[in-house]
Amino acid sequence: MSQIERHTYDVVVIGAGGAGLRAAIEARAQGKSVAILSKSLFGKAHTVMAEGGIAAAMGNVNNNDNWQVHFRDTMRGGKFLNNYRMAELHAKEAPQRVWELETYGALFDRTKDGKISQRNFGGHEYPRLAHVGDRTGLELIRTLQQKIVSLQQDDYITTGDYESHIKVFAEFAVTDLLLDESAGQPRVAGCFGYYRETGDFAVFQAPAVILATGGIGKSFKVTSNSWEYTGDGHSLAIRAGSTLINMEFVQFHPTGMVWPPSVKGILVTESVRGDGGVLRNSEGRRFMFDYIPDVFKKQYATTEAEADRWYTDPDNNKRPPELLPRDEVARAINTEVKAGRGTPHGGVFLDVSTRLTAEQIQTKLPSMYHQFKELAGVDITKEPMEVGPTCHYVMGGVEVEADTQAATGVLGLYAAGEVGGGLHGSNRLGGNSLSDLLVFGRRAGEAASTYVDAAGAAAQITDDAIARAQAHALAPFDGDGSENPYTIHSDLQQTMNDLVGIIRNGTELRDALDRLESFKSRVRNVTVTGGRVFNPGWHLALDLQSLLLVSECLARSALAREESRGGHTRDDFPAMDPQWRQVNLICRMTDKQVNVSKQAVPTVPNELLSLFDVTELDKYFTGAELAGVTGGAH
Amino acid sequence: MGYTSKFRVWRGDDTDGGLVDFEVEVNEGEVVLDIVHRLQATEAPDLAVRWNCKAGKCGSCSAEVNGRPRLMCMTRMSTFSQDEVVTVTPLRAFPVIKDLVTDVSFNYQKAREIPSFAPPVGVEPGDYRMQQVDVQRSQEFRKCIECFLCQNTCHVIRDHEENKEAFAGPRYFIRLAELDMHPLDVKDRRRGAQEEHGLGMCNITKCCTDVCPEHIHITDNAIIPMKERVADVKYDPLKRILLKITSRDD
Ligand SMILES: Cc1cc2nc3c(=O)[nH]c(=O)nc-3n(C[C@H](O)[C@H](O)[C@H](O)COP(=O)(O)OP(=O)(O)OC[C@H]3O[C@@H](n4cnc5c(N)ncnc54)[C@H](O)[C@@H]3O)c2cc1C
Ligand code: SF4
Ligand code: SF4
Ligand code: FES
Repeated sequence: MSQIERHTYDVVVIGAGGAGLRAAIEARAQGKSVAILSKSLFGKAHTVMAEGGIAAAMGNVNNNDNWQVHFRDTMRGGKFLNNYRMAELHAKEAPQRVWELETYGALFDRTKDGKISQRNFGGHEYPRLAHVGDRTGLELIRTLQQKIVSLQQDDYITTGDYESHIKVFAEFAVTDLLLDESAGQPRVAGCFGYYRETGDFAVFQAPAVILATGGIGKSFKVTSNSWEYTGDGHSLAIRAGSTLINMEFVQFHPTGMVWPPSVKGILVTESVRGDGGVLRNSEGRRFMFDYIPDVFKKQYATTEAEADRWYTDPDNNKRPPELLPRDEVARAINTEVKAGRGTPHGGVFLDVSTRLTAEQIQTKLPSMYHQFKELAGVDITKEPMEVGPTCHYVMGGVEVEADTQAATGVLGLYAAGEVGGGLHGSNRLGGNSLSDLLVFGRRAGEAASTYVDAAGAAAQITDDAIARAQAHALAPFDGDGSENPYTIHSDLQQTMNDLVGIIRNGTELRDALDRLESFKSRVRNVTVTGGRVFNPGWHLALDLQSLLLVSECLARSALAREESRGGHTRDDFPAMDPQWRQVNLICRMTDKQVNVSKQAVPTVPNELLSLFDVTELDKYFTGAELAGVTGGAH
Repeated sequence: MGYTSKFRVWRGDDTDGGLVDFEVEVNEGEVVLDIVHRLQATEAPDLAVRWNCKAGKCGSCSAEVNGRPRLMCMTRMSTFSQDEVVTVTPLRAFPVIKDLVTDVSFNYQKAREIPSFAPPVGVEPGDYRMQQVDVQRSQEFRKCIECFLCQNTCHVIRDHEENKEAFAGPRYFIRLAELDMHPLDVKDRRRGAQEEHGLGMCNITKCCTDVCPEHIHITDNAIIPMKERVADVKYDPLKRILLKITSRDD
């Protein structure tokens, strides 16, 4: 035991994506010592893949925009299941967080008068997404990475050591949170994990841990997500005694590549539609006009002529239905394909070639141009793309306190970014994730620092706890040889895709739960060969445990919610039900079993409700809830 | 459609290793990384490889394919003939950790040595104003995905380990150029480029530009203009004096 490396910090941030880095910058600003732990190299976290932009109501392109409009759009997009307080903070603080990035050196695309340019995106009433071509995530991660480096340079000047205040532990994977349970409610004492490069273990002792581990997409076969998205943070939190909220809501992005098979799922950014791209079925019809739901009839164009006029005159025309929230578009594509009006490879056509000049396409959508050219041999300036839904984002996450991101149930534990739950309700709008990372990353860093000031040093970590964590991490080397991690992973992904995917029903969800039971024993028998030095088989074997646990939370919640809303569609309960709008589903572990329970959605205060037209609220809320609300500020 | 390919992968660690032959199935549209993953799932579960996005966006999966520095996720198998042996080896300029994974920490050290963005004093967040034409030049360099293929290919370090101390490499020359061309950055970076980061050691072979998967014009748009600007300070006595005055706080 004595040979295990030990570190002590004020705040440990697990995850080096947008949320983790922003949290670390804040904790450092509050004078705390910070360790950033990340499964991959510094600057490669999943945030790097974001394309379209960051949503913030700066009003640079249309000065009618403001936080109230952004708040409304976010709530509408999430079908009013959102945590209203988070949606409010997010809409109010996003502009400041984006402007701040410029002081760190970010270079966004500009408007004619030299401000940050903003583009249209699904569900956003005005052009709202700050962007850099279609590589906004790269700009965000690099800017934050370089800000961290610049803070380290400052520290070097004062202390002679770059890493005196912030240290990045790259390619370090956390497998267990360590707790102090001596005083009733568990509180964080630190965490345990291994270096991918060497297989050596290390223990971090810290009073506060911020989870910023991103999502769960790798539990599905067709996904836009990277290998890191195995739900580690979700799993660490629930295993430690915290709770997960809204796990049934998974966003299937409407446009992923469908061909060739090896690239199936890779994202085709929504900017393609924001900049003029249209969806057509095999009969050449712009089918999205057939799928505008009642709740959105007022905001979307009903004829092609009006939709086309909107791009140049948005004040006097309604927006094209291709820009409906993602859940609507994904379901529409799914229906078209099932009805036999799909493309040869089982998608629909997304066309910009007849809508923009080749030059416009290459400047506005350079990565898409290259992606299709290099991976599919398709020239998108000349021919349409073939696209279909792909698992993209999990709305569900660790249940947190809105203002501080403090996780429920475990003192000193925080969660920010995709691993947190609540902000997006049942469906996230494009661009609202990157802003989420910045707004709530900063808040988590701040709150964790305040907590550390009050809580003082971390509790001692016992040798026993370390021994248990180590045994847990090494178990796959002692398996009975019967199961290969890669095979289990691919079977699990297939099960989730087939039975817990974009359209669900009770029979299939029960079937999924039965199968997940059998995966549990398979995962127990998983066996890895080779040594501990950079052994991907071993890494996957450990990731499988998280994948399986979040898959179960997802399936159980999906079975419990008997309605369809946002990223959860039941064909046995196709309608949205105002009674269910009042219910959040909460997952927790009791006796090593996942349990789902109902909890009331916090009541939206009248001053926020009155930002909406009452006739709109009628479609979501019960009459009793709306008694006394006089909306109409719209 | 599918065929069996002859695949050769370098396997080993920092002490020892060699090429191992595999016969492996290849399907339509697949890239080299797909084949490496198939090997992991079948014959070689502990085969070490770095990757994240599998879409050419994160710069993790750099290796040498038939001797050429490439991203494995963006190298389609259809670029090779079916009977050709495809050989995959780790980046040569960096120490091997295991199989296709190398220790790229050199690059992170160099990143730390480049002085960061120096924001204009007195301009509040939200008040930054820049024209698109002016940010465009730096934006080209910010497309960099830090795959380090240019660093790996540059002969100044590839063939001369001893140069690593004094030479930041093409990735960091574009970083210097990016900051130098940033419309609002207030620091002069020319002398540092020459004296501390080794710009003078580059003899403009353009090998870095050739391998950049982001098609950044490393030499033409960053290194050559920076060299010209360095020459400017060196040979213009008035600018030299001004530079001295303005960079006291370096
Ligand atoms: C292709 C694509 C395009 C997108 N485009 C947009 C867009 O245009 N706008 C938008 O708003 N959103 C977009 N999104 C969503 C958005 O990018 C993500 O939701 C967001 O980046 C998540 O950031 P994060 O900070 O929460 O986590 P990430 O950036 O994913 O970082 C997670 C970090 O946690 C680390 N980690 C995970 N588990 C462990 C562990 N066990 N131990 C140690 N470290 C661990 C990882 O290594 C990583 O560093 C897109 C998503 C995808 C996939
Ligand atoms: S041009 Fe300069 S930096 Fe680029 S590879 Fe040649 S010597 Fe190296
Ligand atoms: S400049 Fe190009 S080759 Fe060099 S690290 Fe960046 S993306 Fe890679
Ligand atoms: S895996 Fe990201 S660039 Fe290849």
